[in-house]
Amino acid sequence: MTLAAQLPVLPIIIPLIAAPLTILMPPGRLPHLWATIIAWIVFAACAAILNSVATAGPISYHMGDWGPPIGIEYRIDLANALVLTLVSGIAALVFPFSYESIRSEIGARQLSLFYAASLICMVGLLGVTITGDAFNVFVFLEISSLSTYALVAMGANKDRRALTASFNYLVMGTIGATFFVIGLGLLYQATGTLNMADIKIQLAGQSNRMVEAGFAFILVGMGLKAAMFPMHLWMPNAYAYAPSAVSAFIAATSTKVAVYVIIRFIYTVIGADFAFTAAAFNYVLMPLAIAGMFVASIVAVFQDDIKRMLAYSSVAQIGYMLLGISFGTEQGLTASLVHLFNHGLMKGALFMVAACVMLRVGSHACNGYAGLARRMPFTAAAFIIAGLSLIGTPLTVGFISKWQLLTAAFDSGRAWAGFLIVASSFLAVIYIGRVIELMVLKEAPEGAAPVKEAPLSMLIPLGLLVAANIYFGLNTELTVDLAERAAHSLMGGGQ
Amino acid sequence: MDFLTFAIERYNYWIFITLMMMGLYVVIARGNLIKKLIGLNVFQTSVFIYYISIGKIVGGTAPIYTAEDMEQRAHDAHGAEILSGKDPLGQGAIHADDSLHDGFALAGNDLASLTGGAHSAPAAEAVHAAPVDGVNEIFASPTFNMEEPSAPAAEAAHAIADVIYSNPLPHVLILTAIVVGIATTAVGLALVVRIREAYGTIEEDELQSADEVAEFGSAQSTAAGARA
Repeated sequence: MTLAAQLPVLPIIIPLIAAPLTILMPPGRLPHLWATIIAWIVFAACAAILNSVATAGPISYHMGDWGPPIGIEYRIDLANALVLTLVSGIAALVFPFSYESIRSEIGARQLSLFYAASLICMVGLLGVTITGDAFNVFVFLEISSLSTYALVAMGANKDRRALTASFNYLVMGTIGATFFVIGLGLLYQATGTLNMADIKIQLAGQSNRMVEAGFAFILVGMGLKAAMFPMHLWMPNAYAYAPSAVSAFIAATSTKVAVYVIIRFIYTVIGADFAFTAAAFNYVLMPLAIAGMFVASIVAVFQDDIKRMLAYSSVAQIGYMLLGISFGTEQGLTASLVHLFNHGLMKGALFMVAACVMLRVGSHACNGYAGLARRMPFTAAAFIIAGLSLIGTPLTVGFISKWQLLTAAFDSGRAWAGFLIVASSFLAVIYIGRVIELMVLKEAPEGAAPVKEAPLSMLIPLGLLVAANIYFGLNTELTVDLAERAAHSLMGGGQ
Repeated sequence: MDFLTFAIERYNYWIFITLMMMGLYVVIARGNLIKKLIGLNVFQTSVFIYYISIGKIVGGTAPIYTAEDMEQRAHDAHGAEILSGKDPLGQGAIHADDSLHDGFALAGNDLASLTGGAHSAPAAEAVHAAPVDGVNEIFASPTFNMEEPSAPAAEAAHAIADVIYSNPLPHVLILTAIVVGIATTAVGLALVVRIREAYGTIEEDELQSADEVAEFGSAQSTAAGARA
């Protein structure tokens, strides 16, 4: 009964206990430091899990020592270890980053509540990722969603539209979660078990309407949570009006986790060998992914609000991930996983820049970015690097994932999809280039108050995240190799 | 006629679907935020009814695991065998030949034949022979330990048809979902209170026009295409 044996449960237990304690703390530095320390401990635990899974194979942890399929199993293979590391890593950077930004945007009085809700949100996202029990996914999903609704609504101090955005998110999110539960019910009816691995065993040879309906419900429900193209309408408002640090955290993690759940259910639970999964790939995922890539990118070009523009860009990027899944090949899946990880890095960095600008300039409209390169050089440089990464310029992570996606498209005989990927990347050039032009070439509006560079407590995490954008663009060993192995094991091959 | 019986026998599913559609319709069609939340609640509650439906098993008994079951389960390589002892679908009577049932008559038959174990055959037969007039035959839930004696199939069927049993697992799941539903409603209502404080209304179209006035009234923002 050593601590190492309990390692898989630590990322859940520690923040779950820490969150209520945070509420008891006096508002101020203390809850911030506490949440930051917890986030780093969790990150260390997740990194240890990733290391252990990469070297020694999947971990199966039995809650309360009840073996699967009766008990709840935490099953960690490379795919979820990668997502776990992403979520906890982003949390470990956003929590220290958030203090100044949150204090100015939602007021010092609510700091303890903010960090408590953030910790709970992190627990939920980690829990969805780590668990091997299908119903557990729903419970953790709602834990993270409920705290996200509260976090988004905290933006009301700055802009009352955060309240309606949060309400719409709540309605859409609940419909999505309920669809997911209906799907689980149908699968449970067909198999009599809730353990993911066991469902797959029991489903063998069962190709009937009930399983199909269950799969459809799960796909739609998770598509809502992941802001899959036609179901993304809750997202731009929620991201735009949430406190900036919250946008940075949820944009980098929550939709990625939902995409992970889609991958997990398609490959580990249902299995890609059913005829209807192939149909879902070709007639649902692929057209919607491509439509999302273009429609959302085009809408992003016309946005005046930077955060809303980034939100629409996220919808397009989710499209890339779903496109990778829809190829149905190992390479496509690798590309999806790599892009899932990389997009977390770049979108996190971009929303962090938006938070810095919000703090100093007091606006996330385009005008606020005029002449930023001279006024906040470091922040502007961070935006440019992360923006180039989003476009897919070589030497950044964006290039790695686009390259993987293109290779997958050409190798699976879908050259047209490859051209569409490149074409939609040009749209990203337009909407990111527009902002870069504003920052570098335009002068600040006359009479604008002079602004300082963002405080060091924000610049350091931002710098680290931007550095990660470049580091993983040069050294692909961690992401691509792990994603390849993860994809291989998801597709049914051994480790 | 067959279809009518088929439909009426599954009246609880009709209730579930009707409630679900009503809830969704209210969420979409109503502009009042409180009414939206109530619709959302009806929608969630319909799922509870569905889960409780699948918990009821005609002819099931309590799932008591013995050490042997556990061992068998743990050591089972491909998992098919474990079904033999427990009739995973607990389906009282499904006619494999009834084309209407195809969508619902899932696995049971296939799996039973898949297992093909010596003692699973009588179990499967017993299941098939059970009376059709059971209220809800298509409930699928594990009824562990339903070891069928090798006695004549018909007799066995009558014996198990008397047992009224509800699988506790879906009930537990639904208890969790109820808690989640309450939390969602509480957060939603809290948001409605805040919206009412901030805007002075909870009608969706009034909220939207208030936002538009605020947006276009101010000189700073001119986002025409910004409204999603």
